[in-house]
Amino acid sequence: MSDAGDVKTLIIDDKEVSALRGQTILEVARENGIDIPTLCHVDGLGDVGACRMCLVEIKGSNKLQPACVTTIFESMEVSTNTERLQKHRRTILELLFAERNHICSVCVANGHCELQSLAQAQGVTHVRLPYRNPDLHVDASHERFTIDHNRCILCTRCVRVCAEIEGAHVWDVMGRGIDSMIISDLNDPWGESSCTRCGKCVQVCPTGAIFDKSKIGDPHPKYPDFLPYLNLMREAK
Amino acid sequence: MSKLTLATVWLDGCSGCHMSFLDMDERLLALAEVVEVVYSPIVDRKDYPNHVDIALVEGAVASVDDEKKIRKIRAHTTTLVAMGDCAVAGNVPSMRNPIGPQAILNRAYIENTSAQPQIPCIVVPRLLPVVRPIHEFVKVDLFLPGCPPSADTFHTALTALVTGAPLDVPALTRFGA
Repeated sequence: MSDAGDVKTLIIDDKEVSALRGQTILEVARENGIDIPTLCHVDGLGDVGACRMCLVEIKGSNKLQPACVTTIFESMEVSTNTERLQKHRRTILELLFAERNHICSVCVANGHCELQSLAQAQGVTHVRLPYRNPDLHVDASHERFTIDHNRCILCTRCVRVCAEIEGAHVWDVMGRGIDSMIISDLNDPWGESSCTRCGKCVQVCPTGAIFDKSKIGDPHPKYPDFLPYLNLMREAK
Repeated sequence: MSKLTLATVWLDGCSGCHMSFLDMDERLLALAEVVEVVYSPIVDRKDYPNHVDIALVEGAVASVDDEKKIRKIRAHTTTLVAMGDCAVAGNVPSMRNPIGPQAILNRAYIENTSAQPQIPCIVVPRLLPVVRPIHEFVKVDLFLPGCPPSADTFHTALTALVTGAPLDVPALTRFGA
């Protein structure tokens, strides 16, 4: 049990809430029914603050902070949905759409994609930036799964689930900035890699970038909710 | 009260948005009470009218002809609506962008042809190097994403445009809808 000194009081969107020391803003907000949009975060994996969707304003600081990796402190005042934040979130989504070739209408994840539904929720009806149209490849060398780099948003969920949960660390990121690519092993074809074929990366991928070949032509919802459960069972052991 | 004039235009798209527009079914009759369709693939008129109140544009800008058309439409239209994902985002026509028009034409007209392989060059307009959404060429007043936007989306949006009622597009439709 925590002692009284571990309990902190803070304000999120004008609502007084209490939390435990060490908790992130995102955890506390969600516990209190305040929704902060996220994309790279998934319950059960370590957070990296990669996508910047969960940026929040903290009173007294001009710098926006990602709620998923920022811990709370006593008397903190957080705003999660200001006009400034909404503007940034829309711009981030537009940048993601412009960066690679996201064609929702022909995507295996159409209707089950977090990028697509977030764009709708954040009011993105078009992309103001010119599309980059990069020439990217599709790796279908794996027996059961495919990775289509055209649809990848570099959230690194696949990298984290493979390293943290499966313990295989097949996936990693190669390159820097706009040239970053998700690779298996040392940039080997997925089908020739040390992949254990567990399929966890398929379930956590928020878009149609990593998908199950047997789902082509069918709805392909993803089920990442096994992660917290799996963690709980492992801890209880 | 005189009717508002409505145009519908078909650039580089599959006509699916027009089909969805027609899916408004009997609601088209009520719409015809307040708007007059003056230019459309389903209206026998060759040239874009001098003034149009509302234009629904389907399709991306993929050729020199599309570009010429969209600039003319903009110049003669009060409210320009990007109708569907091709007009809004490039969509399927833009999938050729990373490959380039020459490679696409070669595959279609040379590599896969056994008799008289040749790339069409007479009458058909030259393709642009990349397919782009219409707002990269002209100002767009309203974006209706969707592949295609549903008939309900069309009905709600057009009703709002005619009556001036507020319109919440993301509540109606999305990319790929």
